Amino acid sequence: MRFKRISLYVVKKIVKLVSLLLTICILSFLLVSYSPIDPVQTYVGADMMRVSPEQQENIATYWGLDESRTEQFLSWGKAVLEGNLGTSLIYRDSVADVIAERFLASLVLMGFAWVLSGIFGFLLGIVAGMREGTIVDRIIKGYCFLLASTPAFWLGLLLLMLFSVSLGWFPVGLASPAGILAEDVTFIERVRHLFLPALTLSIVGVANVALHTRQKLIEVLQSEFARFAKAKGENGFSLLWRHGLRNISLPAISLHFASFGELFGGAVLAEQVFSYPGLGQAVVQAGLGGDVPLLLGIVLFSTLFVFAGNLLADLLYKLIDPRMRKGEVQ
Amino acid sequence: MIERTVKQSNSCNLRQRTLVTIIIAFILLIGIILSGALIGPEKLGVNLQLRNIPPSFAHLFGTDWLGRDMLARTFKGLALSFGVGLTAACISTIIALVLSLLSSVNKAMDAVITWLIDLFLSMPHIVILILISFAAGGGFKGVVIGLALTHWPSLTRLLRAEVLQLKNMNYVAVSKSLGKSRLWIARHHILPHLIPQLIVGFVLLFPHAILHEAAITFLGFGLSAEAPAIGIILSESMRYLATGMWWLAFFPGLSLLAMVGIFDLLGRNIRRLIDPFHSQKL
Repeated sequence: MRFKRISLYVVKKIVKLVSLLLTICILSFLLVSYSPIDPVQTYVGADMMRVSPEQQENIATYWGLDESRTEQFLSWGKAVLEGNLGTSLIYRDSVADVIAERFLASLVLMGFAWVLSGIFGFLLGIVAGMREGTIVDRIIKGYCFLLASTPAFWLGLLLLMLFSVSLGWFPVGLASPAGILAEDVTFIERVRHLFLPALTLSIVGVANVALHTRQKLIEVLQSEFARFAKAKGENGFSLLWRHGLRNISLPAISLHFASFGELFGGAVLAEQVFSYPGLGQAVVQAGLGGDVPLLLGIVLFSTLFVFAGNLLADLLYKLIDPRMRKGEVQ
Repeated sequence: MIERTVKQSNSCNLRQRTLVTIIIAFILLIGIILSGALIGPEKLGVNLQLRNIPPSFAHLFGTDWLGRDMLARTFKGLALSFGVGLTAACISTIIALVLSLLSSVNKAMDAVITWLIDLFLSMPHIVILILISFAAGGGFKGVVIGLALTHWPSLTRLLRAEVLQLKNMNYVAVSKSLGKSRLWIARHHILPHLIPQLIVGFVLLFPHAILHEAAITFLGFGLSAEAPAIGIILSESMRYLATGMWWLAFFPGLSLLAMVGIFDLLGRNIRRLIDPFHSQKL
């Protein structure tokens, strides 16, 4: 019975993932292929005058641009299924390699920011929820609403101006000092370069978790069992520890896992501000520079990333929450 | 005298205070948009004699490296953001309404709509915007299309849940057994209940749309480099940060934050006023 349920769940998720990826492949391929931006022209770039029309046609034939859209899509799809995403026009390297290398840099940034914003958001939410209606609660709530309307890249610019330009504590950009070989870069230097973009990302990420946690905690504290505990004389930290924490931590964690899409969006902006060489910067360059293979590759990859986050959020509910595990709650 | 006004403001109930907030927010927004729209091209011109002036009374937001007044550029940019936000919010709200009504037709349709919502939420929003902008061949058109077509999923999800609940109401069942058509029921029983959610959803779409517009123009998509959009102003200012010209980035960003914040406030207060379920909380 249990095995059947688990396998059903796995099959459902796989079907969903496959259908999503397939649709996104078709949609994004259609969108890109209808773009008026000429791939040959962007590839040749400034040398357009020196490349003869015959040579341009040769490039087009080599890329299969003279085939019909369906044929193009099928050959691209086949290559993707074989794990070959093509060659990036900007980086002149295989798309899979570019994504792998860039994602690693982004992952460090996003992971750092994700953990930080999760912890701070959760703590702020608890403080606000425990002191509902007081001045502390109002300040935290106002701060969160203010953050929700703050453009992430502007915040990044402010931090850059304050800490890098005025105070000179942190470098202005990049992931490592310029002019030094990659293997010579010290750990401290890396952290110094990572700090500001990660701070930007985590400040922006706090609002959602904090407001959600606050709301949940208020709900929990109004429930029957919390009222009974209060009647027994429990209050403050022990009330939170025994009755609140378990009930609010799971929704907060799973909400935080489900926010991978926003995290990625924030990383795109933060990387642009701090010229941090991550996946976000690559997708912007691919979009601006007409690098179709890289753009499609990152679209697929980011979909997988977001799906992984949502899946983890879902699994956490299923695995950790004893009510869900026993199938009492649907 | 002062004491009396304080007392009076205390004696206002929540509803009155909400109304006052809404009116103030509305007036502020109209003010921002009108002053942006009324700024003529002569104010945006280049004036090389007045380059790099820090904020002063003559130029409240300072001037840039071409002597352009940043206050005029910022307000022009906010008016543009509002225009884009309005287009995006209108189209996305209509899409959300149509899809949520369609989802009530039958189970298969509902599954299709849910799947569509999941599809759009499965990609980072900014990546979709970049993709659509690329497909439209760059330019402002691409940005507007992208913003208009991608802001419906969360509102649709909300409306769909509402429609599902309404569908099981007794009066809908009675209407059905009286032989009323689906369209009649949708118009007379479901739509009126959706209107509060629609208005609130419409207003609360603005903050998202405006922030995304600023973000995508900041990344370099869409508008040409000299157009006064907040995103472009901020991305230009990046080149001058190292020279200590902080006012180029600070004030335009702060104004954008203010406008987004006012929209957010307006939306939340309208919800408090017309949606009784939410008025207890927040």
